[in-house]
Amino acid sequence: MGSRQKPKQGLPPTFEEIQANKERRESKRRGDSDHNNKYPTKKQKNFNNKKNNQPKSKPEKRSKPEKKQKEDIVEDAPDLPQVDLEELSSAKKSLFDDSEEELEQGDEFDVEGEEEFFDSDEEERSRPMFSDDDEDDLENLNAANMEEYSRRLEEEEELEAEEAEKELQESQIQPRAKILPSEEELEAIGSGPQDVTMVRTRMIEIVKVLENFKDLAEEGRSRTEYVNRLLKDISEYFGYSEFLAEKLFNLFSPSEAMEFFEANEIARPVTIRTNTLKTRRRDLAQALVNRGVNLQPIGSWTKVGLQVFDSQVPIGATPEYLAGHYILQAASSFLPVIAMDPQENERVLDMAAAPGGKTTYISALMKNTGCVFANDANKARTKSLIANIHRLGCKNTIVCNYDAREFPKVIGGFDRVLLDAPCSGTGVIAKDESVKVSRTEKDFIQIPHLQKQLLLSAIDSVDANSATGGIIVYSTCSVAVDENESVVDYALRKRPNVKLVETGLQIGKEGFTSYRGKRFNPKLSLTRRYYPHTYNVDGFYVAKFKKIAPSPHDVSKAGAKEKESLARAEAEEEGIINGDFAEFDEDADKSIIEQSVKRNLKRKGINPNGKKSQG
Amino acid sequence: MRSLTEEETKVVFEKLANYIGRNITFLIDNPTDPHVFRLQKDRVYYISEKISKFATSVSRTQLMSVGVCFGKFTKTGKFRLHITALTYLSQYAKYKVWIKQNGEMPYLYGNHVLKAHIGRMSDDIPEHAGVIVYSMNDIPLGFGVSAKSTNEARNLQPTAIVAFRQGDIGEYLREEDTLFT
Repeated sequence: MGSRQKPKQGLPPTFEEIQANKERRESKRRGDSDHNNKYPTKKQKNFNNKKNNQPKSKPEKRSKPEKKQKEDIVEDAPDLPQVDLEELSSAKKSLFDDSEEELEQGDEFDVEGEEEFFDSDEEERSRPMFSDDDEDDLENLNAANMEEYSRRLEEEEELEAEEAEKELQESQIQPRAKILPSEEELEAIGSGPQDVTMVRTRMIEIVKVLENFKDLAEEGRSRTEYVNRLLKDISEYFGYSEFLAEKLFNLFSPSEAMEFFEANEIARPVTIRTNTLKTRRRDLAQALVNRGVNLQPIGSWTKVGLQVFDSQVPIGATPEYLAGHYILQAASSFLPVIAMDPQENERVLDMAAAPGGKTTYISALMKNTGCVFANDANKARTKSLIANIHRLGCKNTIVCNYDAREFPKVIGGFDRVLLDAPCSGTGVIAKDESVKVSRTEKDFIQIPHLQKQLLLSAIDSVDANSATGGIIVYSTCSVAVDENESVVDYALRKRPNVKLVETGLQIGKEGFTSYRGKRFNPKLSLTRRYYPHTYNVDGFYVAKFKKIAPSPHDVSKAGAKEKESLARAEAEEEGIINGDFAEFDEDADKSIIEQSVKRNLKRKGINPNGKKSQG
Repeated sequence: MRSLTEEETKVVFEKLANYIGRNITFLIDNPTDPHVFRLQKDRVYYISEKISKFATSVSRTQLMSVGVCFGKFTKTGKFRLHITALTYLSQYAKYKVWIKQNGEMPYLYGNHVLKAHIGRMSDDIPEHAGVIVYSMNDIPLGFGVSAKSTNEARNLQPTAIVAFRQGDIGEYLREEDTLFT
């Protein structure tokens, strides 16, 4: 009851506070009386004595329990003026007299300061001596007691905040809402379609609980129960397969995961990249604005990107588009090229190039010098690659159609290699909804397997002694750890002659150095992750390597098939050795050991059964 | 990938000369960065010599494109210029036609150049000469053949054709399937 009443009535001052107030006023008065004592009058002396006595008695009254305080004040207030009135008026008179005298003399004290002091004193005296109202205090406010007053206000505020917090905690703790559905409800859920808004509120509630599990969780329910319910709801509400929902959920904290899933429902803004081979961004923006396109630079991290809000003309069919002044390109796919930072007159390889957004960006950064190999394994997709290369006026490209694992057999010794690996596409769910259901556990084994081979090929294709480069950039449009950190970690283990270096990107979160019990190379913090809910770009991952020494693998003339079989053999071998050091199961092993002992004995020509009977 | 035979070179150069005339020497005579013509399948590519050497390491079946594609030989042995050559054609163009903003889109949809859409044109264009078409802010839009000389064109009806379209950048969208493979 008490906690509710207090805020309404205003906080009663604590005992210390009141005393502090008293003392402050007293000391001020003493200060005044010091002035006045120079010309002491009888009346004033009396008055001072009275004053000094009064406060002493008050605190004693106050020392009753807090609840009573309020009443006390009300009781006291009316009494006091009556006691004081006479003396007050006389004191006033004497004071004014004094001040006049002083003003005339006016040698020792600053006039203004004195006036202030007198003013305040006068006010205090003409009113009941202690009212804790703020109003009163405000009236009394002046330069001298400003600090004191503000300090007191702060104290009060602090106290109030404390109380409010306490109250909040109490209210949170008290109702431990039953969020998880009961068994009957579960049956209902299983039998038919659910109310969407209900599922949504339940998700939000569960996330709240998971954020503060200790205080909010229902008694006797485990964290796993909540998480499982949430995963079911997510897959139901957003339409994910439960496997994928769990995979993505595990990347984030519960609330961040919700943000991620919700961001996946919203399309990213349309972005275009200025082709610096043909125009400048300012000119392009002007030309497009004239056509009724509403646009704006993407951000400070890129000088060529523009974000399109709305357009009166189809943005992919304007004369400027056809003339190759820009290309429609997701903001995230600028990142690996910016990280790669190609220099003029280098030889560069783009291992998975279609549809050519990154290739043409590389070519533009190199100002059409040097040579860019644009490879794509899919012949049909090379069409759009060639179209974009020609439309944007890139003259230094060679387009080929190899399995990228054939490199460096085809040609090696590149200064820089970009591997934008084929991936599960968990970062671009907003673009391609089919990912939600089509990806299975198998994909997250097969795709990383391919990615690892591609990355090794990319590393082997680079010239370690390149004067300007020796750089490999690995990127995916996936957020899954299996396709990113694990692959990079694998490459670091397999190729000790490369190291991770700073990507040089202004935005992005650090890559994981450990994930769900797996420990990666600590250098993986140099890689960068991007999420749709943080930077409003597609989910993305960028890692940048520098090759520091040639490796024996560079000279291997293995093609894609040999590499595949090699990798398979390796994976099998690793499966045995690098198994997670499972614990030995003595019971299960016993029979196997016995069997092999028998077999060995048989091989030696001893009948194990016969021996047993003998023994 | 191989260099062009003498006959093929002749056919290609005759075609190019229609549009860029004597400027063709700039294409083949570049002492600082020598460029060459190369034939891959039936297509003719124009590339820096350095890149052409790198391209030799890519096998013939796997090489999809190299440098800038100028056009292709038809089965009857004629040479047909592609819109992809426009970068070089516009750079060395002899006769030019500029079309107004209202004529841009009709032209990009594959129509011929009408008198009404002409904003400007070179003074000395003869009849049936190769012209390069630009927009008013000097963006090359395509190429074609003049239907009338400049003098005759001045007295034409607004709906009359001034230049026949042979290639325009709208083909990047319209012909994407056939143009590049």
